[in-house]
Amino acid sequence: MDMRIEEHPILGTLKKGKAVKIEVDGKPVDAFEGEPVAAALMAAGKTVFRYTRKRKEARGVFCAIGQCTDCMMTIDGVPNVRTCVTAVKEGMKVKTQIGTGEDGDTSK
Amino acid sequence: MTLIKDGFFDADELKILPGVPSEERLKKGPVVVIECAQQIPCNPCEEACLKGAIEIGESIVNLPKLNADMCSGCGLCVAACPGQAIFVVDMAYSQTEATVQLPYEFLPCPKEGEVVAGLNRAGEKVCDAKVLKVLAPKKFDRTAVIKIAVPKNLGMIVRNIQLKNSDKED
Amino acid sequence: MKEAELVIVGAGPAGLSAAIEAAKAGVKVMICDENQRAGGQLFKQIHKFFGSRAHQAGTRGIDIGQNLLNEVEKIGVDVKLDAVVWGIFSDRRVGIVHEGKNTLVKAKKILLATGAAENVLAFPGWTLAGVMGAGAIQTMVNVHRVLPGKNVLMIGSGNVGLIVSYQLMQAGAKVAAIVEAMPRIGGYAVHASKVRRAGVPILTSTTIKEAKGKEKVEKAVIIKLDDKFKQVAGSEKEFDVDVICLAVGLSPLAELAWMAGCKFTDVPELGGLLAIHNEDMETTVPGIYVAGDIAGIEEASTAIEEGRLAGIAIAESLGYINAAAAKEQKQQIYKRSDQLRDGPFGIGRRKAKEVLISRSLKQ
Repeated sequence: MDMRIEEHPILGTLKKGKAVKIEVDGKPVDAFEGEPVAAALMAAGKTVFRYTRKRKEARGVFCAIGQCTDCMMTIDGVPNVRTCVTAVKEGMKVKTQIGTGEDGDTSK
Repeated sequence: MTLIKDGFFDADELKILPGVPSEERLKKGPVVVIECAQQIPCNPCEEACLKGAIEIGESIVNLPKLNADMCSGCGLCVAACPGQAIFVVDMAYSQTEATVQLPYEFLPCPKEGEVVAGLNRAGEKVCDAKVLKVLAPKKFDRTAVIKIAVPKNLGMIVRNIQLKNSDKED
Repeated sequence: MKEAELVIVGAGPAGLSAAIEAAKAGVKVMICDENQRAGGQLFKQIHKFFGSRAHQAGTRGIDIGQNLLNEVEKIGVDVKLDAVVWGIFSDRRVGIVHEGKNTLVKAKKILLATGAAENVLAFPGWTLAGVMGAGAIQTMVNVHRVLPGKNVLMIGSGNVGLIVSYQLMQAGAKVAAIVEAMPRIGGYAVHASKVRRAGVPILTSTTIKEAKGKEKVEKAVIIKLDDKFKQVAGSEKEFDVDVICLAVGLSPLAELAWMAGCKFTDVPELGGLLAIHNEDMETTVPGIYVAGDIAGIEEASTAIEEGRLAGIAIAESLGYINAAAAKEQKQQIYKRSDQLRDGPFGIGRRKAKEVLISRSLKQ
């Protein structure tokens, strides 16, 4: 599923950055360098970004401008990274975060 | 009440607007219909008209007043209106048809000669409409102006189009 | 410690406009923004703006944003991106983390143009993935060019809800309906008419009852409200949607003003608690100014005027513009701002601004 808006009546044809591959929960995902990680994931149809610590509830993107922290994931081993304001780089390893991502909790 | 409750005019709400021409004027040929009913701070239509047929005045919240006898229906104000509230209607187009020019900012843009659905102000299909012209010069800044022919009795009813191949309505 | 004549926090319409006016007069300006790109929320605004020629009416927000960036570059303002301002101390020291490095800058004047954050609405299921702010959707759709879903229910019929509904359709999504708790549409009728004639029902006296779904939104349940805003049992309606968009207002991002010790007052018409400011946009703490949404939730056009006003007032207080010239420029800005704060949608904001400014005289 690709949710990218290739053509737009006002913004014209999508100008893409350099095509790169990132790894999301062990699977390869196509992305463009420089775009926010959250945008690349959303384009690939991923909507759940993390699970809360106590109740293991799913969370996704809410504000998309780095204010709300709902879209945090573990990136290259670093937990609690705001994916909406973090730029994609080739080979980045992105993981759906469970809880704080720091206490070894991997069960949903 | 319909406008602020449902988002479209009923016939009575429309008639009293200073930007809407009289029935007599409509019968004579192309003229703009300015469907602007609220005093919001905005006046690009006044400046867009080269003939001085639209008057707002010093206070930019005044409703646009149309001097319908000065209006040739050229349509320069249609794309200039940030609220997309201006249409050109020609009730004298033919024995059976009227034309409507309306602003359009969606993809795909229809082609000349294409038959599309004519929608009323509530977004309901009311007829088939033939696209006569698609104007999108640079000056219009990505707002296309589409000229369509509709059954004569629907010249003051049709205000949007929907492409036949679009899946927007089932 | 580094020194600066003017530090501006936030490179949106207000901050950039202030930077331009101040720098034109000769002030050395540093403008900080936490984002990778300047322009604030203007690059989400792909529609044509209202106003008159003096307010760039008829120009799309994205183009107004680009013009501001071009001008800032031409004048040579020091723009620091990826620069988070995390604190303001007494004697106007500003704590900045720029590209990961912490610095303190001592400023003669500070302008806070931090903007606003979206309000939320709590209802059963509101934390499901797919419940998003209207600004978030604008960012994803118009800036990053990704659709967050294919079928959207919009909550709120103010100008933001109406405009974002229209923009979602421009991007190829379907908007199932716009619901509004009040008995009338909140935003401009011209915006409402645009989406309505494209087939989107606008349901007044209606609210969201519940979002359903296991992990992400699968359905939305709406319900009618009576004249006392009580839910009418049995009036529920269900929509198959994958996104629920919240357009329920904005609140000023005023943490730095609190931290700096500015006095606040409640002005509900402008978004709640605001730092009291005078006619020059200066707060109750000398040398600290506010402009744009932090000084009251309005539109980008008014934010630009307030930014210009603050820029000129700051240049005047630093001795770069004489009082007579400053007065003349300010009078023009007051006139243009009054034009925007007029009519049934604007006059309440003008009166609220007057109240806010009058409270500064009592301090």
